Amino acid sequence: MIKLVLTDEIWKLAMNESNRKQRFQTTVMPHINSAFNLARWLTRGNQEAEDIVQEAYLRAYKFFDSFHGEDGRVWLLGIVRNTFYTWHHQNKLQTQFVEFDEELHGSEANENLRDDEYNPENILIQKDNQRIIQNALNQLPIEFREVMVMRELEELSYKQIAEITQVPMGTVMSRLGRGRKQLATLLHSGINNGGGHNEP
Amino acid sequence: MGGGIMNHEEALNQIAAYIDNELSISEADTLAKHIADCKVCQLEYETQINTISLVKKNANYFEATPMFLSQLDQSIHESVGKSTPKNVIQKRWNINFGISWANIGTMMISLIALVWSTSLFLAIPNTEERLTDELISSHVRSLQVDHLSDVISTDKHTVKPWFNGKVDFSPSVIDFAESGFPLEGGRLDYVNGKTVAVLIYRHNKHAINLYVWPENNKDHQIKEESRHGFNAFQWVYQGMQYWMISDLEEGKLESFANRVQDEIIKSRPQG
Repeated sequence: MIKLVLTDEIWKLAMNESNRKQRFQTTVMPHINSAFNLARWLTRGNQEAEDIVQEAYLRAYKFFDSFHGEDGRVWLLGIVRNTFYTWHHQNKLQTQFVEFDEELHGSEANENLRDDEYNPENILIQKDNQRIIQNALNQLPIEFREVMVMRELEELSYKQIAEITQVPMGTVMSRLGRGRKQLATLLHSGINNGGGHNEP
Repeated sequence: MGGGIMNHEEALNQIAAYIDNELSISEADTLAKHIADCKVCQLEYETQINTISLVKKNANYFEATPMFLSQLDQSIHESVGKSTPKNVIQKRWNINFGISWANIGTMMISLIALVWSTSLFLAIPNTEERLTDELISSHVRSLQVDHLSDVISTDKHTVKPWFNGKVDFSPSVIDFAESGFPLEGGRLDYVNGKTVAVLIYRHNKHAINLYVWPENNKDHQIKEESRHGFNAFQWVYQGMQYWMISDLEEGKLESFANRVQDEIIKSRPQG
């Protein structure tokens, strides 16, 4: 008798867990590429992006009960972004004697340049444009870069971006405007300097 | 933000929203009037438009790799035991039955794991799991790189001969336009170390990829292999392996898979 009840209870619990997972699979899992793309642009590194996305998905799964079937992509991207900022903050503390941002994209830009010299494929103009845009975007302050990625690449609305970034829609608007303008300036100076990284 | 004459700073600030269609009609009207008379705002408008198109055209869209996807599945899977409300259950069991928590916990976790893996990740060997991942990422790629079809035709008499000389088998090409699943074309893809034929169907906005290749496996009925929000069904008939993948709703895709299987059987009867 006891055995029966026990099995039944456990079974119920396991089934709940299984339903929960199934719901997670259909509402959150499909946005994996959006999550990865945002994380990759925020961290500027593949390994870092994978770490962030993994952490974010574990959090999302843990707090899945607080998701009430609204926009799964917005919900997930909000978590990805928060996870990133926590990580970013810790990283900054660890490397407080180094100018973190400048160092990171400085070396990345140099690496890219080096790669390009030895990579015959990069004769292709397309590849070159990609690199120039990527370097320029990577040099933008994070608060501009993130809204541009969400708007230009994810094609999210201001309302969705405002929800993810937890700022008013007016702020989304002005960050997009300033980000685009700053990117144009970076591209302009980049082109005049042979497309390379040109920060002191 | 009111009509009439506009403050220049305010106008400059709103240009982004104007481009993105995020202003109300009256706001957009007022701004358009200001831009018409303001050289600085015209320049700003053009700069933003150009920057957007440069970014859209050239900025990389980074995708998760299939390897990372299976790693992610694994770690979510492993976190399940931890995310159950242990304390509540522990108390209940201790009071009611006095059975040690450790045993129940172990049992429960393994049971959850069991239900989990049977209901979501059918207990299939690793190679088949990899194949599912590979096919799904091939499906996703085909949608994203705008490379759905190599031969675009709704005519099966164009699509079928197109495969001649490209693959050493001849896939059944059947159109299902009359049931709302028109044939869109065909493509070659490289999956599991071999060249496979892909037929593309569409239902409303959903693309459906049907992968076909010869396989020495025994015939088997349709099996579901869905994951990552994509639905997938596969079967083997007369030495041909079929995989159907789409983001189309599970029930609809399954009945379409059944339909396709039936028609293929009709076109290639046993014996």
